[in-house]
Amino acid sequence: MDFSPTPERQMVAESLSRLLAEHLDAERRRAIAYVAPWHDPTLWAHLCELGVPALLVPAEQGGFGGAGFDITTAFQPLGAALCTEPMLGHAMALAALVALDAPVSEDMVSGNSRYVLAIGEPDVPYGLDDLETTANRAGDGWQITGRKSVVAGAQSATHVLVAARHGDGGIGLFEVGADAIDLTAYGMVDGGGAAELFFDATAAHAISLEADAALTTALTAGLLALSAEAVGIAERLVDLTQDYLRTRQQFGRPIAKFQALQHRAVEMSLHLEQLRSITVRAAASFGTPDGPRHAAMAKLLVGRRGRLIAEEAIQLHGGIAVTWEAEVAHLAKRLVMIDAQLGDADWQSEMLAEALA
Amino acid sequence: MDIRYSDDELAFRTEIKTGLAEIVWPELAAKVRAGSSLEKPEHDRFHAALNARGWLAGHWPTEHGGLGWDPVQRHIFDEELYAADAPRVVPFGLNMLAPVLMAFGSPEQQAYHLPRILSGEDWWCQGYSEPGAGSDLASLRTRAVQEGDSYIVNGQKTWTTLAQHANKIFCLVRTGTEGKPQEGISFLLMDMQAPGVTRRPIRTLDGGFEVNEVFFDNVRVPVADRVGAENAGWTIAKYLLNHERTNISLVGESTHALEQLKAQARQTRRRGQPLIKNPHFAARVIEIEADLEAHRITNLRMLSDAQRKGAPGPEVSMLKITGTRIRQAINDLARRGLGPAAAPFPSEALSGNAALAAPEHANAAARYFNNRKISIYGGSNEIQANILAKHVLDI
Repeated sequence: MDFSPTPERQMVAESLSRLLAEHLDAERRRAIAYVAPWHDPTLWAHLCELGVPALLVPAEQGGFGGAGFDITTAFQPLGAALCTEPMLGHAMALAALVALDAPVSEDMVSGNSRYVLAIGEPDVPYGLDDLETTANRAGDGWQITGRKSVVAGAQSATHVLVAARHGDGGIGLFEVGADAIDLTAYGMVDGGGAAELFFDATAAHAISLEADAALTTALTAGLLALSAEAVGIAERLVDLTQDYLRTRQQFGRPIAKFQALQHRAVEMSLHLEQLRSITVRAAASFGTPDGPRHAAMAKLLVGRRGRLIAEEAIQLHGGIAVTWEAEVAHLAKRLVMIDAQLGDADWQSEMLAEALA
Repeated sequence: MDIRYSDDELAFRTEIKTGLAEIVWPELAAKVRAGSSLEKPEHDRFHAALNARGWLAGHWPTEHGGLGWDPVQRHIFDEELYAADAPRVVPFGLNMLAPVLMAFGSPEQQAYHLPRILSGEDWWCQGYSEPGAGSDLASLRTRAVQEGDSYIVNGQKTWTTLAQHANKIFCLVRTGTEGKPQEGISFLLMDMQAPGVTRRPIRTLDGGFEVNEVFFDNVRVPVADRVGAENAGWTIAKYLLNHERTNISLVGESTHALEQLKAQARQTRRRGQPLIKNPHFAARVIEIEADLEAHRITNLRMLSDAQRKGAPGPEVSMLKITGTRIRQAINDLARRGLGPAAAPFPSEALSGNAALAAPEHANAAARYFNNRKISIYGGSNEIQANILAKHVLDI
């Protein structure tokens, strides 16, 4: 048994961390993450040069990765840097196409085209079962009608893959050029951008009419990516909090000397270990029948324990942590808000519970 | 035992409810519901309307122009404020400095300052915390050195709430370095417009502006503007913190917020039905509701006790810990209930057809993050636990 990353992945993770340290320090991140387009196209280009999108694609489709541990190798450093580049949607779109064995363009693997996968809707933010967006045949092609909601990264996508229900009742995957979509873009409370996508008989090209399984794979990849992102953030929050306890002086000593606070720092580190381990579990299972179940477990723990880590990081820092200038504030916001992407902790536990019966 | 309100108290509640319905104008209520911060003219107009009825100082003793409300009446008033979607009364002059002046101020100080607090002529802010003196407030370092009939003040205060609107600040300053740190502190009344006072806004994590840093560079303060004796400021500070803690149960606010949460969960649809029908979510709402019901009675028990004894004891620290936990739990559930719809920021970016939630619910995430402060400020919950361990449990 060996839990250490392969030398290749270790190297990619280190290069990625270096790149992000160079281009996305805390001040720079605050300057771009909350202002349209809520990311930095130059940084996107750097990530692509490094091969981050290609890392998410198997060799058969022109990439050099695609395994669960490739996803975590990319997203953990992206999380630690609070990177708002729209990589999640691109990764999920890639995962869907790979699962369908559909063609993946060179531009997509290189990141010259930015894809996003649009699934969630206002009344159906999580899951596939109740989607209301429809696809209807129109001549040789298709038309999409409905609304996709809070689609992270859609504000600067060039192509949108849409999950929609068609006449036979199944869920298909359709491609729409971003220019054809009525779109309202906005920033998010934790930084980064998203959009509401309105479709009204919008022309689309069908990639697959039986996309349930591929969309489940894409969701699994997304849950894994978000969990790895959460681990990257949680590690930094735990580190920053311990540093603060060691340096902040009150009552004539570092507050780390107070046992009540020591125990809370330990609790935070216990939560972090759980997150690390469940994410390893989910990464190892990706692509196997246990993949979706373990990814749901990872996201469940991220939702529950991630919030506790974020809240405790703020509380132990005190007032300084509720300021815009404090990095811990932005880390905590992102860690908390990850819960609301692709199914929160309650949703994951409901899904897992249904599978029990 | 009779835990009901008396007939007089019920009549009082009706009077307040009717009056507030006349005072609170619709745009104000909408802003309060949406959690938007108010402009100074809005604060001023509301302040004046309450003052016109005498309710601003309802809890002040009659000899100082108040109505002499007891703690239970004050609590009823507080509950009705939230029920009416009225803003919180800005407490610094009215509920914090005023009791200090009544207990420690000279007759001249009382005669000058108390009417100006009521009229709204003076907006006070609180100069307590410093960058190096938070939980350990007694280690504060802002210095006041006497020179003739003035003090010369140098130093910095922080977390000064709404200092951007204030023309006055009451400050704890160091006037002595002998003995324990607590023994060299004095309580000064200062003018925000005095030469040498500067303020810098602090942006909070939700992007808002409500707290500030205040800097003093050789600011001249007449010795006559000291409250109480020199180096007796710590006693006053403790008295004031105790007063700050009398209204910290957040029962009124949480009751109202829980109703908002339920309304939100009835409007939100999940898996083809209202979120409130989801057993998982409903169980969380119910657990908070049970906690709030218990906390409501704890609060009334302590109020009733204070009514008899005249002043609240250290056990009110319980109210802060439990009250902030409940309030934060409601914030948390409101954010989670909205799911991804809580993420857009500011929520006003989505209006009309693109809106994802009613305006009073849409800012749930920003409010959740902003309210992490309530377990930190006014004596963090850890400090409250220290007080309980030492003065209530006696261990």
